Amino acid sequence: MKTKTLAAAAAASLLATSALADLVIPDLSYRTGPYAAGGIPFSDGYQDYFELLNQRDGGIGGEPIRVIECETAYDTERGVECYESTKGEGALVYQPLSTGITYQLIPKTAEDGIPMHTMGYGRTSAANGAVFHNIFNYPANYWDGASVIVNYLLDQNEGSLDGKRIALVYHNSAYGKEPIPTLTQLSQDLGFELIEIPVDHPGQEQSSQWLQIRRERPDYVVMYGWGVMNQVAIQEAANIRYPMDQFIGIWWSGAEHDVTPAGAAADGYLAASFTGLDDFPVLDEIQELVIDAGHGAGDGQSIGNVQYIRGMYAAMLAAEAIRTAQELSGNTDITAAEMRDGMEALEVTNATMEAWGAPGIGPEFSVSCQNHGGPGRGLIVRWNASEGSFEPVSDWIDADRAGVIDPLIVSDSEAYAAEAGIEAGCE
Amino acid sequence: MIYREAGDFKTNYVSDGQTFPLRFDRWAYGLLLAVAFLVIPFVIDDYWANAVFVPFLIYAIAAIGLNILTGYCGQVSLGTGGFMAVGAYAAYKLMTAFPDVPFPVHVVLAGGITAAVGVLFGLPSLRIKGFYLAVATLAAQFFLVWLFNKVPWFYNYSASGQISAPTREVFGWAVTGPSATPAASYLICLIFLTVLALIARNLTRGTTGRTWMAIRDMDIAAEIIGVNPLTAKLSAFAVSSFFIGVAGALFFAVYLGAVEVGSAFGIQKSFLVLFMIIIGGLGSIFGSFAGAAFLVLLPVLLKAIGVDMLGWPTDIVAHIQLVIVGALIILFLVLEPHGLAQLWRVTKEKLRLWPFPY
Repeated sequence: MKTKTLAAAAAASLLATSALADLVIPDLSYRTGPYAAGGIPFSDGYQDYFELLNQRDGGIGGEPIRVIECETAYDTERGVECYESTKGEGALVYQPLSTGITYQLIPKTAEDGIPMHTMGYGRTSAANGAVFHNIFNYPANYWDGASVIVNYLLDQNEGSLDGKRIALVYHNSAYGKEPIPTLTQLSQDLGFELIEIPVDHPGQEQSSQWLQIRRERPDYVVMYGWGVMNQVAIQEAANIRYPMDQFIGIWWSGAEHDVTPAGAAADGYLAASFTGLDDFPVLDEIQELVIDAGHGAGDGQSIGNVQYIRGMYAAMLAAEAIRTAQELSGNTDITAAEMRDGMEALEVTNATMEAWGAPGIGPEFSVSCQNHGGPGRGLIVRWNASEGSFEPVSDWIDADRAGVIDPLIVSDSEAYAAEAGIEAGCE
Repeated sequence: MIYREAGDFKTNYVSDGQTFPLRFDRWAYGLLLAVAFLVIPFVIDDYWANAVFVPFLIYAIAAIGLNILTGYCGQVSLGTGGFMAVGAYAAYKLMTAFPDVPFPVHVVLAGGITAAVGVLFGLPSLRIKGFYLAVATLAAQFFLVWLFNKVPWFYNYSASGQISAPTREVFGWAVTGPSATPAASYLICLIFLTVLALIARNLTRGTTGRTWMAIRDMDIAAEIIGVNPLTAKLSAFAVSSFFIGVAGALFFAVYLGAVEVGSAFGIQKSFLVLFMIIIGGLGSIFGSFAGAAFLVLLPVLLKAIGVDMLGWPTDIVAHIQLVIVGALIILFLVLEPHGLAQLWRVTKEKLRLWPFPY
């Protein structure tokens, strides 16, 4: 009983501090647990960019931005608690960086009318905005990632993967299972054999999986991993001397902290990326105005890392959508519904990215109700262990949207619409 | 003074055997039920329902279930997460296969299916006990999670392997799915908890409970005085799994709405429920409630104090939370091995003598 009254007092104080007129962006981050290595830089990048806008421009359109951080530890239960505790503050957009939490929040956000941006993760078929009105997954999704990787491999093999054997090492969760339909479809179309190798959460123990790879000797290994699983897989691959130039990770499996534990043995490891990785001028501004000024979200170590850039890119897209929403609605203190309209009218050109101070951070694209998923392009990058950086080895590669992915998106989203009783359609 | 037996006369066996012998307790119990049923549903909001009350009610059901098996019958189980998963997946398959059947029927059926699975995995308890049984139930935990991940039939062949609860109504009120109001999800859990807690309380006071406790205290002696260990142990597994299955079904359908078996029903869930009954008190229905409340409320409370009041960084608070929960578990085991229920019992004993203790 006593704890309940204390909790009530705490909650009352929580409610008292809210209700300020500003742009509220919740950040469901994870700085603890087995996935923290990826969660920390992403969250730092996300928050630091908004802080830069506050410091440099006084917010967006004169409205200050208030970021509310909430720790989920990549755990769905705590993700729900974070969502419930922040949505009442006037949250404009959610960015949970977890496919599991995304699945949890899709029906809830639809009910509450708050948009959610799942950049490069989440439910792939949310790209169909006619069914998922307020879920956005531009600029690329998991199925694009699988298709981009396969297209890269096609390019390496003179246009034919016939008779090749490709192993998929995946996190045994909604996230890792996402690309299986696409890869199965592609394996039938292109004649390669797909070997599915699941790794259970959290993925610290993978010796049996890599024993299987050693036995089966696949031509390529594609990995959909996250958190500690990536480091362990790359280390195991190095142990069995699997050639790194035949080992390709999705974008969540290709950051510095994934490859550095394996040292020089990880040299040549490949990964897909939906962002350009460069020394963008905006990073200097963040260093000067945010981190050196003591406003950084983290300790400032992660600036410029792969996942930091992704977090920053997510914040840039959110900020651009807020600007669009402010123009569309004519008022600066926008609501979540206006934010949704802004995201649906979002247009990113080279000039926009230039204005962000990050030319080439992503592809040019525009969002529409029919397509919440962007263009679906990716780069392939290679880890250079001596330089300590990822270097692009390809140009932007298009996913096979028309041939493979769009029909899959339509069938999956229609199945969801029927199951959840949603009337599909664009206004 | 007010908390005493004097003047509360028992003139028949029924009133002599009632759960709350003191008038004050009966009043307090009635008042608690009245507040829970008549006040809270009208003031509850999304945050309080989803962060505090619904998880507390569901974990209380699971804790009562595990307490029946471990606290009353003495059979250690680490398979709680797996059995909750059985309840959740059974509820999902039933809800999608028979959409016209009322949701509470599905929950009860899911409990029944879990009971059958629990009896199956309880069979080793007839031969082995203690740590060895814990290992056998641990196998159940891993096997069940693996099964629900491996066989696509269980998740209706969805691409992601997730199961999500469709909207179902009870008397025109949506209780599952996104349109469920906080009051509706709270009430359905509260009703299940109240009924199940009454059943558990009365089972443990009757013949069934006494045979369980006889097995717990000394199985050979129990067998000599005529307790059949087969029926006693298996009935404990069945009843316990039924409760846990109901908790799993509600956890999936009412609380989370969508689950992934590995992250929602992993081994950490088994340990969480085990900690609840250890901190709350083994062999006590009140202890199950106290333990569930303690472990559900503590993180929310620490977060409210650390992040919202003091403004500390979220990762520091998350780490401090682990330290505090760990320290409290050790402290409890050292200072009060019988848990919060024993503290409550001692308080009541002292209150009866107050203000003239001898």
